[in-house]
Amino acid sequence: MLRYLLRRLAYVAPIAVGVTLIVFLLVHIAPGDPISAILPDDASAEMVAEARREYGLDKPLPVQYGIWLWRAAQGELGTSIRSGRTVASELSMAVGNTFILAVAAGLLACVLGVALGLVAGLARDRIGDHLTSLFTLAGVSLPHYWVAILLVIVFAVENPWLPPLGMGPDSSDGWRPDWAHLQHLILPAIATALIPMAVIARTMRASVIEALDQDFVTTLHAKGLLPGRRLWHVLRNALPTTLAVTGLQLGNMLGGSVLVETVFAWPGTGFLLANAIFQRDLPVLQGTMLVLSLFFVVLNLAVDLLQSWADPRIRRA
Amino acid sequence: MTCSTKLRRFATALLLPALMGLASPVVAQGTLRVAMTLADIPLTDGAPDQGTEGVRFSGITLYDGLTNWDLTQAERPAELRAGLATEWAPRPDDPTRWIFKLRQGVRFHDGSVMNADAVIFTFERALNSNHPAYDVSARRQLQAFIPAVKAWSKIDEYTIEIETNGIDSQLPFQMTRLFVVSPAHWEAVGRDWNAYRRNPSGTGPWRMDALVPRQRMELVPNREYWDAARRPRLDRLVLLPIPEVSARTAALLSNRVEWAESPSPDSVPRLRQAGFTISTNAIPHMWPYTVSVLPDSPFHDIRVRQAVNLAIDRDGLVQVLNGLAVPSIGNLTPDHPWFGTPSFRPRFDQAEARRLLAAAGYGPNRRLPLKFIISASGSGQMYPLLMNEYVQENLRQVGIDLELQVFEWEALRGRRRDGAQGASNRGVHALNNSWNSMDPYNGLLRFFGPNELPPNGTNWGNIRDEVLEGLAERVKGEFDPQRQAALLAQIHTRFVDQAYFIWVVHDVGPRALSRRVQGHVHAKSWYVDFSPLFLR
Repeated sequence: MLRYLLRRLAYVAPIAVGVTLIVFLLVHIAPGDPISAILPDDASAEMVAEARREYGLDKPLPVQYGIWLWRAAQGELGTSIRSGRTVASELSMAVGNTFILAVAAGLLACVLGVALGLVAGLARDRIGDHLTSLFTLAGVSLPHYWVAILLVIVFAVENPWLPPLGMGPDSSDGWRPDWAHLQHLILPAIATALIPMAVIARTMRASVIEALDQDFVTTLHAKGLLPGRRLWHVLRNALPTTLAVTGLQLGNMLGGSVLVETVFAWPGTGFLLANAIFQRDLPVLQGTMLVLSLFFVVLNLAVDLLQSWADPRIRRA
Repeated sequence: MTCSTKLRRFATALLLPALMGLASPVVAQGTLRVAMTLADIPLTDGAPDQGTEGVRFSGITLYDGLTNWDLTQAERPAELRAGLATEWAPRPDDPTRWIFKLRQGVRFHDGSVMNADAVIFTFERALNSNHPAYDVSARRQLQAFIPAVKAWSKIDEYTIEIETNGIDSQLPFQMTRLFVVSPAHWEAVGRDWNAYRRNPSGTGPWRMDALVPRQRMELVPNREYWDAARRPRLDRLVLLPIPEVSARTAALLSNRVEWAESPSPDSVPRLRQAGFTISTNAIPHMWPYTVSVLPDSPFHDIRVRQAVNLAIDRDGLVQVLNGLAVPSIGNLTPDHPWFGTPSFRPRFDQAEARRLLAAAGYGPNRRLPLKFIISASGSGQMYPLLMNEYVQENLRQVGIDLELQVFEWEALRGRRRDGAQGASNRGVHALNNSWNSMDPYNGLLRFFGPNELPPNGTNWGNIRDEVLEGLAERVKGEFDPQRQAALLAQIHTRFVDQAYFIWVVHDVGPRALSRRVQGHVHAKSWYVDFSPLFLR
């Protein structure tokens, strides 16, 4: 296991460097000028040149990349061109907010997805399977911003049961696990969980069906194992693929959903990233993308390790 | 105690609160929650970012300029009024040097005194990179709005002198953007502008009580505000950044806010039905096409410019927008003192448009191909896709094939800075960019002449007109307000007669208000005075 871990860690380093390069280039090849984005309409050419100099954007691109990478390696992600706040402070706040949403949505997606997939797989080609498949098909097909707006209309506007936006009641100075704050989490968590839940359910269904078709299940049945014990073995075999997909979906959720966070005015990383793009706030954009990408890399590593724990054959391969 | 005394006391106890309610002025009435279209709270250090909306919420609430805008009436365009300066005038012996007399007895929110030192400090902080308080963010936000300022000096405790770059009568307008900050407070927060932004101190009618970046800013009344008529009546003003229009509508309908900026046209009937007021008034914000008049552009020919102006059904478009715009027939609205008397009047007359196009050599056998660059959304762009497609259909009816090239907002701004003559804009005939027209420079003077060519200015279409340029020079040297207005009217008359823009609509600064919101004056301005508001 240790050798496997070291081998996987060795892969992470070049991937991380590649990520930084892609992040940097992507941000810089996008049309639009970060300096003109923050300067007024009538800013003179001198003002633009001066601002470009102040932010180091007048240097050649490889030099800019080198400086940024060196600072990022030291944990310094720079300062927002727009707000003057450090990227680290912007990010920590946004990541914390998205984490709350992602955990809630992730739990919902995992529990429902695994349960629905299991039911559909066990009830293959029967009514339970068809209904579940229809539901999950809707889940992956419906645009989640549309579902988000629909949820707001039904549960906040037409029936004022839940708040339509924000992270907490008026004057709340931070999220707390009480009912006043939890009720703000319900609608965005449902909207965020919809697609991952459907993807997990469909994967789980396919994995369960594949496992059920294998000879060892017939053998277990012939040996007289109780259904519950047989199910455990089926689950163990269906789990690695589902885990891999769940990990990716969790990574997606932790990246923040631009659309869901915008509809619910949830100030997370999706919201931060979207506004950084619109305002061409390069330090925030680069910092956020870098942190999220590295997070994805680490999450993938964790999923790989989990998979190898669940199925030792992977480790041997 | 006698029975009658007891009765009198009992009656007094019953009646006193009611009598107090009748006799006393309205005080401290409620918390107003406002849904802004912004994605974050504008900077709170007296140099707000995010354009005029930033000034509306973090500028004129917390601070005062040397001059302020009069936002007390809705009938006429907003005019200048005294702010932290009570008098201002150029020196008779040298009109490039202005004397500003400062208001006495004004204190910052931190308790320190506003005086000449504070005003000088405000200039130094934004424009002098050698000063210890120099702040690059303030420079970015301010420099372009106060281009006339060359130098500044203190004359006495309550008098300063400002030197301009050449003779420039526009200085008083520019001073509305110079929000005076407190040097004492800057020292107190450790000479750190980020700390100042977290805990700002201005002289404005509101003080900041709480700030959660990207979530909300809470303001409370400055009870010692120097202008008693503008002391806020609300208990608290909560500003919430909600950039998504459907989220703002939902917030309003579910009573999470009492005020939502810029509702979508689609939501207007629903909001009205639910009892909300849609407040509109023509604000100095035009939504035109800025055309290229370069020799290789069809708009080089005035007949084409006039024809396109005549082909657009502005009333129809306003109807499509559910009334969230008013037709535009110039940079300014016809009731504006600078509107003048143009002989060309953009109207919906497609027969005349066809005749002019035919005279210019276009017709059924030679349709006119045009290419406009537009944005999908963006600051002040209103509802660009819907509106541009409407205009495209109007133009098709008179034999013009309009190609719309859509850009993301910042990408479009990049194309704007390139100017029509820029290589990136080869083959482009017009730019769809809404413009602020609040003062003479923004409304008129920046759109023509060599000094305003991009990237230094916004003469995107390359308009060179000796008549206009001569009038502009005279305006800069004219200090009498009436004579200045007459010159500006001549400029506008010439600009419209030459059809240098294709005018479509003026923005009406729509906002949806709960019926509980009282005392609202929708000034003909980008700005709002929140002081007279109260909740029923």
